[in-house]
Amino acid sequence: MAQIELDNIQRIFQLGDSQVHALQDVHLRIDAGEYVSVMGPSGSGKSTLLNLLGLLDRPNDGHYRLEGRDVTTLSGDEQARVRRERIGFVFQSFHLVPRLSAEENIALPLLLAGIAPHDRKARVAQALDDFGLAERGDHRPDQLSGGQRQRVAIARATIMQPAMLLADEPTGNLDRATGEEVTRLLEALNGRGVTLIVVTHDPHMGERAQRQIRMEDGRIESDSHPPAA
Amino acid sequence: MMRSRDILGFTTCAATAYPMRTGLMMLAMAIGVAAVVLLTALGDGARRYVVREFSALGSSLIIVLPGRTETGGVGAGSFVTNTPRDLTVDDAAALQRANRVARVAPLVLGNSEIAYAGKLREVMVIGTTRGFADIRNYTVAQGRFLPEEDWRRGSAVAVIGATLHQELFGTEAALGKMIRVGDRRYRVIGVLAASGSGLGMNADELVIVPVAAAQALFNASSLFRIFAEARNRDAVPGAKTQILDILKTRHDGEEDVTLITQDAVLGTFDRILGALTLAVAGIAAISLAVAGILVMNVMLVAITQRTSEIGLLKALGATGGVIRLVFLTEAALLSVAGAFAGLLLGHLGAWGLRLMFPMLPAYPPDWAIFAGLGTAIVTGVLFGVMPARHAATLDPVDALAKR
Repeated sequence: MAQIELDNIQRIFQLGDSQVHALQDVHLRIDAGEYVSVMGPSGSGKSTLLNLLGLLDRPNDGHYRLEGRDVTTLSGDEQARVRRERIGFVFQSFHLVPRLSAEENIALPLLLAGIAPHDRKARVAQALDDFGLAERGDHRPDQLSGGQRQRVAIARATIMQPAMLLADEPTGNLDRATGEEVTRLLEALNGRGVTLIVVTHDPHMGERAQRQIRMEDGRIESDSHPPAA
Repeated sequence: MMRSRDILGFTTCAATAYPMRTGLMMLAMAIGVAAVVLLTALGDGARRYVVREFSALGSSLIIVLPGRTETGGVGAGSFVTNTPRDLTVDDAAALQRANRVARVAPLVLGNSEIAYAGKLREVMVIGTTRGFADIRNYTVAQGRFLPEEDWRRGSAVAVIGATLHQELFGTEAALGKMIRVGDRRYRVIGVLAASGSGLGMNADELVIVPVAAAQALFNASSLFRIFAEARNRDAVPGAKTQILDILKTRHDGEEDVTLITQDAVLGTFDRILGALTLAVAGIAAISLAVAGILVMNVMLVAITQRTSEIGLLKALGATGGVIRLVFLTEAALLSVAGAFAGLLLGHLGAWGLRLMFPMLPAYPPDWAIFAGLGTAIVTGVLFGVMPARHAATLDPVDALAKR
């Protein structure tokens, strides 16, 4: 059983009178621990696919089984719980809360999960250490460099030890060297068994993934390593 | 599920991160609550002031007015005449026979001119008898009050108020001096101690002469009022019946007088001013409703400002319920803080009011404080519900796309 199973997924947006097929007949299997890059031109549906995988969006038709469980029929609150416990997001624009310190930003998912303050403190301290942010815990996002901000965001995405990490252009707002560093960090996490799915424009970054998916007009155009069967 | 202490911490942080917005919202709430507290303090202060003034008159006082203002049955006399008879000095004298009445004082009232050594002023003249001083609790500072004499005689003596004494005589001794009131001359035999109060009749600016002297001065044979004092508070109803009986007999069986007791007047004023305080509190409460709408507006703006943050919280696994709770808590927190700031402001204002008008006991009543605080917090939360629900239903993908 694959970790992610998408069957016959349709996603249609209504724009005025016309319908836009953001995703058409998408079938996809991704195993636990895979490193997948999703590439394609703007409007090809790769962000929609990522939102769907992250349970931020629902398909108009088709089925999405996550770890064997059909998550398309779950209620909003149950989906929120799955996101909290199984999925980590990394965004192009970091999405840190500006008034909170690095520490507090990393602790947000723990806060939402109702973890006790004592426990929280230990886990956040460990994360700060792991991501080389030990000296920056009490800095607010505007006092951090771009690379540091993205590391805070990645620490936040992984603090709940999710099964998969969804990254939308994670290096899009970073210079080459910093981007390289962030990419290596994500790959290291993948090396420890977390499924990594990266949406990117950058062919250089896309090529580093073991499995590369190309999308066009809402369909999967090519898949470098489609699973057998 | 998120812990309530974490929700409180998170919202406090969010509220303090936007001091301008938070400050404005708290100010609106504070002004509303302060208005309720201050205005009810003013209204209730006025009520207490009037009640206190009336109580100072004495609670066993019965005032007799000529003419009937209350509706009554048809009596034998009502076919004979419908113009009420005047009250006379003899009527007043007759009331002394009533055993439940301790004192009686007839009263003639008029305006005239007082003159001494070339100084001239308008003055209110009261014609009455010895008993009036006891009924009104006047204290004589110098000399003595009117003498005990035949009420129809009217010797040419006068008692003057403290202010008049000051204005006419200055530091000069007044006792024994002749003053002119209207076209008559009186010898000053007493000066009243300064009292300062007395509902319309300020004793400090009065000239008091024997009742017959005042009748001669104003060329009148009737009385303005008769003041009677019952033996004690409990004797008031009995005294009223006796007074009515006596006057009815004297007026050919016609009940053509009205009796006013202190309790009745007091009760009426108490009710009127109580209602007024309530009305004022209601008007002030409208400002709280306005504050509530401002809370809603500010929260909606806050949600627009923090749309991407809401999207993020949802991506991190916050349920709609948690988002709703967070924003509702924020509205409640600001309302509570604003309400208490307003309470402080209102008390400060009431204190200032008491400093400015020392005779006005301007304390806000307890019910107004609870009603003000309660209304503020309830409106704050109520008007916070809609924005909070709006935040909870935001689409996470759209919300995240907002910068």
